[in-house]
Amino acid sequence: MSPTTQGRRTPGADLPDHPGRLWRSAEPKRAYDVVIVGGGGHGLATAYYLAKNHGITDIAVLERGWLAGGNMARNTTIIRSNYLWDESAGIYEHALKLWEGLEEDLGYPLLFSQRGVLNLAHSLQDVRDSVRRVNANRLNGVDAEWLTPEQVKEVCPIVDISPDVRYPVLGATYQPRAGIAKHDYVAWGFAKAASDLGVDMIEHCEVTGLDVRDGRVTGVRTTRGPIAAGKVALAAAGHSSVVAGYAGVSLPLQSHPLQALVSELLEPVHPTVVMSNAVHVYVSQAHKGELVMGAGIDAANSYRQRGAFHIIERQMSAALELFPVFARAHVLRTWGGVVDVTPDASPIVGLTHVENLYVNCGWGTGGFKATPGVGWCYAHTVATGEPHPLNAPFSLDRFTTGKLVDEHGAAAVAH
Amino acid sequence: MLLIPCPWCGPRDEAEFHYGGQAHVAYPENPAALSDEEWARYLFFRDNPKGLFAERWSHTAGCRRWFNAVRDTATNEIHAVYRVGEPRPVSA
Repeated sequence: MSPTTQGRRTPGADLPDHPGRLWRSAEPKRAYDVVIVGGGGHGLATAYYLAKNHGITDIAVLERGWLAGGNMARNTTIIRSNYLWDESAGIYEHALKLWEGLEEDLGYPLLFSQRGVLNLAHSLQDVRDSVRRVNANRLNGVDAEWLTPEQVKEVCPIVDISPDVRYPVLGATYQPRAGIAKHDYVAWGFAKAASDLGVDMIEHCEVTGLDVRDGRVTGVRTTRGPIAAGKVALAAAGHSSVVAGYAGVSLPLQSHPLQALVSELLEPVHPTVVMSNAVHVYVSQAHKGELVMGAGIDAANSYRQRGAFHIIERQMSAALELFPVFARAHVLRTWGGVVDVTPDASPIVGLTHVENLYVNCGWGTGGFKATPGVGWCYAHTVATGEPHPLNAPFSLDRFTTGKLVDEHGAAAVAH
Repeated sequence: MLLIPCPWCGPRDEAEFHYGGQAHVAYPENPAALSDEEWARYLFFRDNPKGLFAERWSHTAGCRRWFNAVRDTATNEIHAVYRVGEPRPVSA
């Protein structure tokens, strides 16, 4: 308490000092070994693993807004690895294993909570597909069980399993190791750890061009001046088409708004994560108490971070169908982000026809869960110039060879 | 929510429409002659501009007819609507 000359307290004088910053907000240098475009979860994780696993620390992470303010701030934080195809199970399970040790590795709390995920089946075809996916998961070393409606009720007592509703619950797949994490903490943890290893975090620095000479990328142009780069790694999510286009690289992406919402804070009522493909909603309860619900994408392309109201309306009806107890909950906040969707609902990670220019995009509606896994693999790809075995199946050339990784509908949720 | 001016029915709520993606994507004249790269481009690659985009809509809950629109994907503003078979308006 520090009295002023008038004998009254100065407002704020008795507050504690501002805590230390988690990362250094850097001024851009003229050149870096690696420039990462996009300061979201994937960009930050890539920077961290480039430094930690490959000893490359002369890195700038460029972010046009504030760090992790795009889709990293807008997702529903669900983490799981119960994908159908071997290629997907490979990279998502790698991510899940990293999640399981990430708090210790980063030295930062992430509120990672392995509360399990239920993927509900509402039709005979759903049941067949789900059981098939459980078997495929087990063959890939991913924990998975098939639950009857009664067992679903044991895991999540508030799910309505009565048979006389429009889309009755006929069972569910269950992945006990799945869960949620606090998305902001994940970004901050990676940013802090990368910054401690020497990575520059440069915010409010929008990339406006890529310099390509003799088929090789040599630098980026930004709103804060040109920056030379040995390698450029894109991690720009919904804006990937725009940024890659600066180097003449076209990508099979369409950018759509994706919405989510939270309820007011409630007592703990929802112990797990519930997803339903058929009635399309996914719900968990955040640590603080909000019900967190995700919707589907808006059909039309858009770069606006807001979606149509009728999408929210449908999502709410789906939630009420499954959880009648939510009928009197109030919506606190809705928001949208821009997601980049590929034709096969699988990501694109790897090399481009421009030397030293790498892409990581197309994660569509499901990039958060992959954050540590793709950071690990993308860092390997950028450092060595060769795709990591786990992201090699997700190379851009699969659209020419036809070897797609078709996760549309197969991955336990509609995209 | 968009208010979409159907060329036949006038302005209607977005929920009445079905989206059809990029307009003016022609089927290859000689499909057998295409290379794998060209097939990939036809099948999987569509423009994804942040800005003006010529796209198809169908008024499924109205006249059930397809038409084209030019919309700015950065603002969602619709600059023009025109009938199938008509060229993209020069001004939009």
